[in-house]
This record gives sequence, C-alpha cells and structure tokens, in this order.
Amino acid sequence: MPSASPASSPVASPSLERLGGADRIAAGLEGGGYIPSRAIATAVHVAAHLEKPILVEGSAGVGKTELALSVARWLDLPLVRLQCYEGLDESKALYEWKYGKQLLYTQILKDRMSDVLRDADGFEGAMARLHDFGDLFFSEQFLEPRPLLRALRTEGGAVLLIDEVDKSDEEFEAFLLEVLSAHQVTIPELGTVRADMPPVTFLTSNNTRDLGDALKRRCLHLHIPLPEARLERRIVATRVPEAGEALRRQLVDFVQQLRTLELRKLPSISETIDWARALVLLNASELERELVRDTLNVLLKFEVDVERADRELPALLAHSRREGGPAAAPRVA
Amino acid sequence: MRQNLERFLKALRGMDVPVSVAEAIDAHRTAALVGWSDRTLLRDALAVAVAKSEDEKARYFECFDAFFAAAGASRDPDRATAAETAGETLRAADADPDRPAGDLVRMLLDGDRAGVSAAMAAAAGEVDLSRLRLFTQRGVFMRRILDAMGIGDLETEIRSLRAAPDDPAATERADRLEDARERLIEESRDLVERNIALFADPASARLREEFLERMRLANIPPRDFERVRRIVRRMAKRLASRHARRRFNRKDGRLDPRRTIRSNIAHDGVPFRLAWRYTRVERPKVVAVCDVSGSVAATAQFLLLLLHSMREVMSDFRAFAFSSHLEEVDDLLGGRPFEEAAAGIMERIGFRPTDYGRTLVDLEEGYLDVIDRRTTVIVLGDGRNNRGDPRTASLERIFQRAKRVIWLNPEPRTFWGTGDSEMLRYLPWCHVARVCNTLRHLERAVDDLLAARA
Repeated sequence: MPSASPASSPVASPSLERLGGADRIAAGLEGGGYIPSRAIATAVHVAAHLEKPILVEGSAGVGKTELALSVARWLDLPLVRLQCYEGLDESKALYEWKYGKQLLYTQILKDRMSDVLRDADGFEGAMARLHDFGDLFFSEQFLEPRPLLRALRTEGGAVLLIDEVDKSDEEFEAFLLEVLSAHQVTIPELGTVRADMPPVTFLTSNNTRDLGDALKRRCLHLHIPLPEARLERRIVATRVPEAGEALRRQLVDFVQQLRTLELRKLPSISETIDWARALVLLNASELERELVRDTLNVLLKFEVDVERADRELPALLAHSRREGGPAAAPRVA
Repeated sequence: MRQNLERFLKALRGMDVPVSVAEAIDAHRTAALVGWSDRTLLRDALAVAVAKSEDEKARYFECFDAFFAAAGASRDPDRATAAETAGETLRAADADPDRPAGDLVRMLLDGDRAGVSAAMAAAAGEVDLSRLRLFTQRGVFMRRILDAMGIGDLETEIRSLRAAPDDPAATERADRLEDARERLIEESRDLVERNIALFADPASARLREEFLERMRLANIPPRDFERVRRIVRRMAKRLASRHARRRFNRKDGRLDPRRTIRSNIAHDGVPFRLAWRYTRVERPKVVAVCDVSGSVAATAQFLLLLLHSMREVMSDFRAFAFSSHLEEVDDLLGGRPFEEAAAGIMERIGFRPTDYGRTLVDLEEGYLDVIDRRTTVIVLGDGRNNRGDPRTASLERIFQRAKRVIWLNPEPRTFWGTGDSEMLRYLPWCHVARVCNTLRHLERAVDDLLAARA
C-alpha cells in the first residue's frame, strides 16, 4: 500500500527512531487508511521505542488485526501472521524439521558410506572419519521456519502479528515468552536464533480466556473501545468515501444509538463500514425506514437483536435524521 | 520526578492494579520517553505500560486523575485546573527541594501563590504522603507538611510583629500573615485529604478484606456481607480462569503420525518411540450438596454463596441443598441475584432438623446416575445428624462410584465426633475432609478440587 510518508523508505531499523512522536504515527497510519485514536497512536509510539510487543484487546471488529496490517503497510515491512487456535504447538509456530528430506539424507549417507570409509583402517579409523564428517542432520538446511522464526530472521525487520492469542493453549503462551521478551528462539539441536532486528509485534485477543500474567507482563496492553461518533465518522469517511456527508452522519449516529441498546452483540466498526458500503451500493443518500430494515442484518448478527432494533426503529431513525440532518449538521474539522 | 512516579505506582497498587517491578521499569521508561508536559499523552502512555486489562484500565484512569488532583496543592480557581498545575508544581518541587524556610513569610507577603504551592508540594514530597494508612493520621501529616514548609518561622514572625502593638504597619502585616496562615492550613488539609483518598482508603479496605478472609464465616457481621460477596465472586473468577482450560498429554490410542516419524528419524524411520495425540481432559464435574439446616444456618449463607459463584464459573455443576431431605436447587440458584436465590432456598428447604441419612439415601436413589468416575461430590455440612441413622453405607457407595468425595465441615476438627456429630463415621468414605469456616479455607478447598487430576 503506497504511503506518502518518507518514513516508509527502507531504513536500517524498524525500531522506529524514524517514527517520531505519536502525532506522526497517527498521520502515517491515516495515510494508509487506518484512523487511530490518540490512545492507539500513543501505544504504538511507546511500544516502538521500548521495543515491546503490544497486546491488543477489544471486542470483535474494532480493528485489532487491522492495526497490525496498517502498521506493516505504513512501515513497508513484511507482515508475518500467526493465527492461533487450540492445539497450536511449536512445530507449527516456531520451526519444524523437514523430516522427509532428513530421511533421504540418511539414505544417501548410507549409500555413500562405503565410499567414505573405504580406505579407513579398522573400526577406530572409520569412527574417526565419521566424526570428521560434518553433521548435517540437524542443520539449517533441514530447518523449516514457521511464522515466529521467520519473523525473527527476516532481514530489515518485520511486523509480527500473533492473532487471537487467547485461542491458543496455556502451554503455547510459554513458547511465546522467549520470543516476546528476548526476540530469540532456542532450537535445542542448533542453538539460539536471535533477531538482528526485533520485529514489531502485535498480539490480539478477544478475551475468551484470561491470558497468563507472565505474558501480560511482557507486553504493553492496549484496549480498543468502540469508537466515539466523531472518530467513527472519520473512519467511515476514509474507508467508504463514496458515502455522502449526510448519509455518513446519519448512519454513524444510528449505529451509535444501537450501541446504547441492550443487544447480544453490539455492532462494531467493521459492521459500520460494511453497512456503509451496503447503503452506498443501494444508492442511498439518506436513511430510510425500509432500507434500514432490509439491511439491518448487516449490522446485527442475532435474530433477537434484529427484532429488538426493529421495534425501536422509528425512534432511532428520527434521532439520526435530526442529528445528522444536513441543515442541523455542525461541521467537524 | 522519579519519586513521584513511584508514588503513583504505589497508589495504583493500592487500587488493585498489580504493577510488577518489570512494569514499573516500563513505566519509568515510558515517562522518560513521552515527558511530563503533555498530561493526556502521559496518561495514555502509562496506561499502555501498567494496566493490563479493561478493568485495570478503568481503575488506572480513576487513579491517575485522583493522583494528579491530589498532587496539585493549590485549589485556586484562577489557576486553570488543579490537574494542570500538577505537572508544574511537581517540576518546581523537584527542581528546588530545599527552599529556605524563611522564604515562606516573604512569599506569603508577596502573594507568591506559585511559590507557596511549590513549597507545599516539596514539603509533601519530603513527608511522603504515600505512607498514609488511616484517615486518623490527617492531623499528623498536616502538621508535618506545615513544619517542613517552615510554619515555625511564620509563627515567630507573627509573634514578633504582635510584640509591637503600637506600630500600625506591623499589626497590618501580622493580620495579613495570620490570614495567610489560615489559608495555608486549609490548603494543607485539602492536600492531605486528597492523598488519604488515594493511599489510605484502599489500604484500609484491603486490610478489612484480609481480615474478613480469615474471619469465621459465622462471625461475619451482616454489614460486611456485600464485601464478602465481592470477595467470593472475585475468588470464583480467579479459580475459574486458572482451571478452566486444563489439558494434559495422555495416551489414548490415537497415534500422531507426523510426530512419530519426526521423533524416529534417527532410527531410520523405524517407529521406536510413538507419539500420541493430545487429549483434552474433561472439565471437572461437580455435585455439591449443601446443608442449610438450623445448626449451620450462620454458615449456610456463605456456602450457598459459594455454590452460586461456582455455578457461574463452572460448566458442569449441580447444586443440591438439604436439611430434612434433599432437593436440587439449580433452578433456584440460576439466573437470579444471590439474595433472592438464597432466601428462596432457605424458605423452601432450610431451618428444619438435619437428616444426613435421609439425604444420602435421597442422593443415592435419585441421582446416582449423575455420579460417575469423573464426578467430584462436595458435601458442605457439619455432619450433625440429630442422633438419626447416619446411613454410612450410602456414602460408601457414592464414595466408590465418584472420583472424589470432599467433605467441607465448618466445625473445627476437635468437635468432630462429639455429641450428635457423625463426622468420624463418615470420615472413611471421604477422599478429603477438611475444616472450612473462613473464606481462605473455602478458596483453598475449591482450588484443590479443581486442580485434582488424579
């Protein structure tokens, strides 16, 4: 994704001397289409300078993953993504041996053994020669790097996204600790692989379980709340520029009101954006009752919620029209 | 500045935001990075470094605002907000810690408010208000602050001016200084009180909670029930998150081919060592039987409270209550606030003479199918059977069928078997029997229960 910021030129360190302050980070991310709140920009700023991972929490669809993607786009760094799930283990996250090739290697070795040992005298000599022989069995050649190792070894740094870390098992958290605090991985057969350039790391969590204290201590913690109206309008304006000013104001106000209702799942930013897109596709320039009723399922994912909102629809719409009406609209900088 | 941050972190810990040493270091680095001048920036930045959950964030923001309000010594309306002056006064305090005390008189006469509040902040730093523990210490700390600011000199000055009653200029000066002294005392009172809210209140609340945790459940005064309920709820949540997703590795006949081949490469692919798939162990299945008769009425409240909390945090949980006979109370406990549920249960089942024998038979006959080798049976009760038939054979059958039988008895061990207590006769048929009459005991018992994997 192109970015006008000069910061995106490849520089030695993603450790972000070049990032400047929080304001510049905010501007940079906005250039890539992500509108961060002040708290988010500050968090990225602090994390970059302390070289610490950020643990991002918040309900689904508030832009946790998107934040990592945007930072990668803006810094023009490769993004390494690790999606967590129950049963994820180190062979899928850290590294794996290419055991098929290792098997072939031992067979080749067996075939060639007689050549190598032909002129060795006696068993002792043969053993000595065998020891001289480089041990390739556990070597870089047969190492299959998985996301974490790949992120550490990417030259020039990378953005590492460990998505939905709360879905992984507690044991897996333990593997992460070394990577997160020391930016290194220890492979018993090879030794320790250190990152020349610590990756910019994001962890996201949906809070399906409490993460361990050890993990939390190693991370900075950012909680992304549902956005306030003003921020949300800016986000919609950036992501769905086709939506006119009046429509934008009305739809954001409508969603904001929905969030005050008691719903099973409150609509978050991604739903707002989807809805805005849907409304634009349907050529809406204002919220109309029938239109809203037909598209409500974009915003609300449970039947009970849709019914609930449907009952309140006239009041909600009246409010949105009043607030977002073109005449009454106070201009926002 | 560093000291102030330390004090802030201390206040945070008081508000139940656990800040470890590592996090404290992060906080210092963060503060050094963003500086002290932009308060919102500092607030957001420190929030990232020290508060690690949504709850903690809320408490953090509250504490941050309170702390900086408390640090601002002046409440003067023409000085924008206390919070804004905070950074200023803090810096002034740091830059100039040992202002000569004689200056106080001069500053008061000149009306140098900034100077006075800086001096007060410096004095507060010296006195270290974060050592406040009780609100009764207010006077002591006010005195110390005023002393550190040099109020002694001020008094001397006023006295020497009053010594010349004929000099109108001196009398006027003395009047002004006395007014200023009153204001100074008011300001120091404000400062100390704000710090009491910050440091002493959380500390005494914690003291009270620790005390309650060790107190006999039966002795807890009704006015503390709300607090106890909070403690139990927190306890239940902590236990649940610690134990909710326990898994371990077990051979159950399913081979993991990838890992098998990998671990046998050294043997030329001949499967010497077999690798098995991970298996999920089932979450603990619990059947809880709670005595709500007259003899344990005082404790029953809390036993029910525990049942209520456990029900919320454990997926496979069935609750029973009994006095003269057994009844399932899941429907009564579920989906209602605790007070209502407890009252309902006590009304329907409570306060009748206990019959353990009948209860055990009820349990065996009615619900033996619920109890299998994965079930843990918890009995909460004193084992006082009013000299009825204890029916130990029923408990034995339950014992043999269940994974574990745990008996939690509110009576001290020395009372077991005395009078009509059948505890000693039930004892052989319990895997674990322990005294449980404080919140600490409760927590430990439940923790053991959840951790048991045998």
